[in-house]
Amino acid sequence: MILIAVISLGAIGAIGALLLYAASKKFEVYEDPRIAQVQAVLPGANCGGCGYPGCAGFAGACVKADSLDGMLCPVGGGPVMAKVATILGKEAGAAEPMVAVVRCNGTCQARPRTNQYDGTKSCAIASTLYGGETNCTFGCLGYGDCVKACNFGAIRINPETGIAEVDEEKCTSCGACVKACPKSIIELRKKGPKSRRIFVSCVNKDKGAVARKACSNACIGCGKCEKECPFGAVAVTNNVAYIDYTKCRMCRKCVAVCPTGAIHELNFPPRKEAAPAAPKAAAVKPAAPAAPKAAPKAEAIVEPKVSIQSPASAPTKE
Amino acid sequence: MLRTFRIGGIHPPENKLSAGKKIEVLATPKQVIIPLGQHIGAPAVAVVKKGDLVKVGTLLAKAGGFVSANIHSSVSGKVNKIDNALDASGYRRPAIYIDVEGDEWEASIDRTDTLVKECNLSSKEIIDKIAAAGIVGLGGATFPTQVKLMPPPGNKAEIVIINAVECEPYLTSDHSLMMEKAEQILVGVTLLMKAVNVNRAVIGIENNKPDAIAKMQQLAVNYPGVEIMPLKVQYPQGGEKQLIDAVIRRQVKSGALPISAGAVVQNVGTAYAVYEAVQKNKPLFERVVTVTGKALANPSNFLVRMGTPISCLIDAAGGLPENTGKIIGGGPMMGKALISAEVPVCKGSSGVLLLTKEESVRKPMRDCIRCAKCVGACPMGLNPTLLMSCTEFKNWELAEENHITDCIECGSCSFTCPANRPLLDQIRLGKGKVMGIIRARKS
Repeated sequence: MILIAVISLGAIGAIGALLLYAASKKFEVYEDPRIAQVQAVLPGANCGGCGYPGCAGFAGACVKADSLDGMLCPVGGGPVMAKVATILGKEAGAAEPMVAVVRCNGTCQARPRTNQYDGTKSCAIASTLYGGETNCTFGCLGYGDCVKACNFGAIRINPETGIAEVDEEKCTSCGACVKACPKSIIELRKKGPKSRRIFVSCVNKDKGAVARKACSNACIGCGKCEKECPFGAVAVTNNVAYIDYTKCRMCRKCVAVCPTGAIHELNFPPRKEAAPAAPKAAAVKPAAPAAPKAAPKAEAIVEPKVSIQSPASAPTKE
Repeated sequence: MLRTFRIGGIHPPENKLSAGKKIEVLATPKQVIIPLGQHIGAPAVAVVKKGDLVKVGTLLAKAGGFVSANIHSSVSGKVNKIDNALDASGYRRPAIYIDVEGDEWEASIDRTDTLVKECNLSSKEIIDKIAAAGIVGLGGATFPTQVKLMPPPGNKAEIVIINAVECEPYLTSDHSLMMEKAEQILVGVTLLMKAVNVNRAVIGIENNKPDAIAKMQQLAVNYPGVEIMPLKVQYPQGGEKQLIDAVIRRQVKSGALPISAGAVVQNVGTAYAVYEAVQKNKPLFERVVTVTGKALANPSNFLVRMGTPISCLIDAAGGLPENTGKIIGGGPMMGKALISAEVPVCKGSSGVLLLTKEESVRKPMRDCIRCAKCVGACPMGLNPTLLMSCTEFKNWELAEENHITDCIECGSCSFTCPANRPLLDQIRLGKGKVMGIIRARKS
């Protein structure tokens, strides 16, 4: 009895195996084995930062491509691309490591609130409704769309400042936060030697007086940095300065002259000789006391503290 | 049996506090701020500069494109500056500041009250006059009127529908206008009929304004082809497509223009502005604005010059109540909270609503229980809860398949949701994204 069962099942199994073997031989699709090899060295985060749908897509594109110029896994960076290059026997394109930079320094202290938003906590939604809880309509809203977009936990909203902060160790410069920010505040910049970088931490295009009134740390477009820069790396357009990181040579002269402290320097050693030479160098650190602060006048404006509301939040509903 | 639109709809409390109040003329302020983007489409291009002297009705800015509108001065005085100013959008945008001196009007404007019925102008001349006067849809959408009166080739207008529905709770500006300027409105309607070469017009009025219906019906007998149609109260009957469905029982196809159903829809305020522009040479520089709110001492309807700060209106209506939580520009359903009372009145401002702190609080959001109340309420026959999820999960293809771009942003879904989900907030965001994707695909 048992024997019949064993034999019949065994026979069915054997026939099935033969069929499967025949089918797999007949319908075999050839896949370049290098795709799997390349995929194995990629980080596997499937972040899409390279511009392809996930790591498998990028691996396929690398194998197909004639040269690796312009192909970069932003997460793995140079080392991973070097490994990919050795697998494929191609030259790895030179790639500068990048990092996301939040260009807003309007902290809660510097940028007083003038209204209160009680809608859905999403930067994208808030920015379709109005400029934000402060008088600066360009600054960080702080509802964390970038935090949600980041696959690496590299960005957070600092509860003290109310502004997004990038953890440069974790940041892979995939650019997801850049796309998520409705205010276009986050930018990918060159990481710089020893992670040292200088950037204008403000995107306020309002005229100087208006920007200053809204935020004491705002770039007022005075142009001092533009004049000071020996390399022509700084340009003021639309009342806001921008440092071209391809031209910047990290001399930090612009940081010293900025009257509002809007230009930030990161990861530099503390200045040695500058202190006795120029007393104004006090205004160097990011959170430096901005020169004569426009007293938080906005607070005293007589207008009622009115909060924003999106349409149809059912206020009339009893 | 009164007609209404057939899909969806809700019944918010009406709260028409200022109904029956006469239109009061508001004094001109010391300075007006006239934004250059008061309409849908390209912002107007300023033709005056700092220091120029202007009169009431002087052209300040020319239409900046096909879909755009002229902007005229609402006061006489001197151009102080052209600078960015906070407007109802919540952003700082270019505007013309004018310091008021005296009240001198352009000589071409007929300031008498006499009713001028006769008009010998051709259709083209009427449309040109409307365009020159900078008239836009005064119901709130601010779409340039002359564009609507020139149907794209292949479409033929059969009927003019006048939107006197005023379905937004609280607002009474159209109602008060009908009570005081009925005859002028009817002349304006005949002008609009002439402009699009039709011989039938229907003025749709919701049944909660029996006095206006009676008055208009009594006068309309003298105007051949003009019919007054009382409609059953239901929000959002003032939506263009909803009104067409209510009045002539035709559905506008998804993505199509109302003209494809043979209808040209204009607001009753627009009809009055057309009368003034064509018969009195008066450009659009003032409008009726309702100022209202449960805590407000004296809810009123004001005739306001464009560019007057909203704070002036609130002061005239008895001052800002102490426990004001929000100032809403427009009605409670489609209006938007303002962040400052210094925002100027624009062509699209139909009302100012002051909500108390208790009224303005958002209730906490809970999970969707799939009750489908929003599906039943949507006047466009959409599935709001699905569209909200599409936006949250960034599934733009599914959102497009489910016609997210047909959303008229009436807010019925958010109003009706028992879980207080911000359906409209998300759908509006998704609609913008999908429209961007469609535009990118076309180009």
